Amino acid sequence: MSYQDEEEGGAFDGHASSFPKDFGYGAFDGEHDVNLSASGEQKPRILLMGLRRSGKSSIQKVVFHKMSPNETLFLESTNKIVKDDINNSSFVQFQIWDFPGQIDFFDSSFDSDMIFGGCGALVFVIDAQDDYMEALNKLNLTVTKAYKVNPNIKFEVFIHKVDGLGDDFKMESQRDIHQRATDDLADSGYDQIHLSFHLTSIYDHSIFEAFSKVVQKLIPQLPALENLLNILNTNSAIEKSFLFDVVSKIYIATDSTPVDMQSYELCCDMIDVVIDVSWIYGHVFSVKEEQDPAAFDEQSSSLIKLNNGTVLYLREVNKFLALVCILREDNFDHKGIIDYNFLCFREAIQQVFELRNKCQGNPLTNSAGSPIVNGNNIIGERHLSPTLTDEIGSK
Amino acid sequence: MKKKVLLMGKSGSGKTSMRSIIFANYIARDTRRLGATIDVEHSHVRFLGNLVLNLWDCGGQEAFMENYFASQRDNIFRNVEVLIYVFDVESRELEKDMHYYQSCLEAILQNSPEAKVFCLIHKMDLVTEDQREIIFKEREADLKRLSLPLECTCFRTSIWDETLYRAWSSIVYMLIPNVKELENSLQQFANIVDADEVLLFERATFLVISHCQRRHHRDVHRFEKVSNIIKQFKLSCSKLAAQFQSMEVRNSAFAAYIDMFTSNTYVMVCMSDPQIPSEVTLINIRNARKHFEKLEKVSSSAPIGHR
Repeated sequence: MSYQDEEEGGAFDGHASSFPKDFGYGAFDGEHDVNLSASGEQKPRILLMGLRRSGKSSIQKVVFHKMSPNETLFLESTNKIVKDDINNSSFVQFQIWDFPGQIDFFDSSFDSDMIFGGCGALVFVIDAQDDYMEALNKLNLTVTKAYKVNPNIKFEVFIHKVDGLGDDFKMESQRDIHQRATDDLADSGYDQIHLSFHLTSIYDHSIFEAFSKVVQKLIPQLPALENLLNILNTNSAIEKSFLFDVVSKIYIATDSTPVDMQSYELCCDMIDVVIDVSWIYGHVFSVKEEQDPAAFDEQSSSLIKLNNGTVLYLREVNKFLALVCILREDNFDHKGIIDYNFLCFREAIQQVFELRNKCQGNPLTNSAGSPIVNGNNIIGERHLSPTLTDEIGSK
Repeated sequence: MKKKVLLMGKSGSGKTSMRSIIFANYIARDTRRLGATIDVEHSHVRFLGNLVLNLWDCGGQEAFMENYFASQRDNIFRNVEVLIYVFDVESRELEKDMHYYQSCLEAILQNSPEAKVFCLIHKMDLVTEDQREIIFKEREADLKRLSLPLECTCFRTSIWDETLYRAWSSIVYMLIPNVKELENSLQQFANIVDADEVLLFERATFLVISHCQRRHHRDVHRFEKVSNIIKQFKLSCSKLAAQFQSMEVRNSAFAAYIDMFTSNTYVMVCMSDPQIPSEVTLINIRNARKHFEKLEKVSSSAPIGHR
């Protein structure tokens, strides 16, 4: 078995729309270069596993490479492990590993320690339109093997390809799979393993929603982000806000009010419109054929008014993230206040980033596991000033 | 003012799907549900207020086709303003397709010689991307040759991308009564507000009916892309039983405003000077509305047959 690194937007060109083929995450900032090589091993990994033809590569392409779901018909079978580096915000730098469906765990070349060791989440994809008994067996095998190596892995099961199924059937399948999977685990003696189930399809927003939940579990600073969003909402009379990763349309945080799928979908669609329009008009109207700057830049913003009094407001937070708010038109009269509050919010997010980066460079704190205690992160020796360490040393 | 538009082509070539997407707010996926059209389906589509497109979606199965050229010939082919003939790019019976096409042309020549002819090479998404242009050019050459002495305009289309909007925008553009006046007014408007580009969309279909460009732009396909983008968003909003009223998108290099304009149109204004505050442009748009409303009223009361 060999490992292959895949370049962004490499072999598949399937874009029939205005979206350019190479749109993806830009080159990562130089400031993180120092940390990258060291923390490369610490980057949480998301593993995509499942039977053959269950939809793993399609999921990866649609969510992270902006492929249109119809184009996934042309994807070929994956025969090597494809490692995809997603340089998201400085928070979640993760790698998606797309496994071929016919992987054999007992093959000597399968190094489970290495593979499951650095893994943050394991996503097991089950094709709901097919008979899933074999998938359940594989699930059990995979989960137990992974748990033995690394008990901290979060296990997510995607009950996939539900777009063609009726609601009753979906509920029934989910219930059945949940039941069987947990029973199997209990039988194997692993009833402490917790599995999360999601109904997904690449043809609607459910796959993005599911991935949002998966990614959020890998962000230790999530409570801090939620808190910031709550404060912003209260002070600006915003009904709902999401912190979106622009390229993948996964939201990495939202406020504490319940998430309504329709609102989420509307915000996703808004991001699509903003990015698409920015790509068409967002560079200087000139004859120059040079490589154009990113469509999403520091001043990206958008305002959409609907006829039912709802207003959607999008503001850029940083290179990869955008804040999308839903509010009432009457409350939007105080735009000045909202804008000011937003600037404070953006500043706060940047500070959370900086703390995170300092944390990551330190081998004593595991980037995936370090909590923020009372606003300060746990600082190891390296970050203490030289004079202080001398004092400690001399005591 | 009624304009008769014939939509013809072999069974399964995609005529009803196209019509549903452009005029009936279907999304591409929904068209899977459509069945074969029986005989002729008439629809009257209100376009730009008083312009009514009398769309004849003619079932493409052989029995019907034979019928059209025989007993129903005069009924179908008289008073036609536009003939749209749809070819399925994957068709295995090219000769037969051409044969039917020629029969249509003969009937048109006899009954409505002034009609404009459009040929759509459809389902291009089934062809790999690098082959698309080549295949299209081939077909276009053949069709132009076959259509003589009539002129035909060819487009390659697919319901899965923006090419569909391009074809239909061009078709509809031919049907607008006072399009030159509209363009002059748009030009004036663009000059006054100092916009780089102003687009006028029909409200329901979001087809671009007129545009004015003051600065060169690299992307020649941007109009249909914008149509597609906004139409998709409009459809998403309708899932929430809402409609979008206005939109503003900006970054450091540009600002684009999309707003309701007259009772039948939307306008899009693109500015590349980010210093101009949005309120200014919005006020300008508001003030221009009255003028364009008047223009629309004039066009709708124009005598029949006047172009």
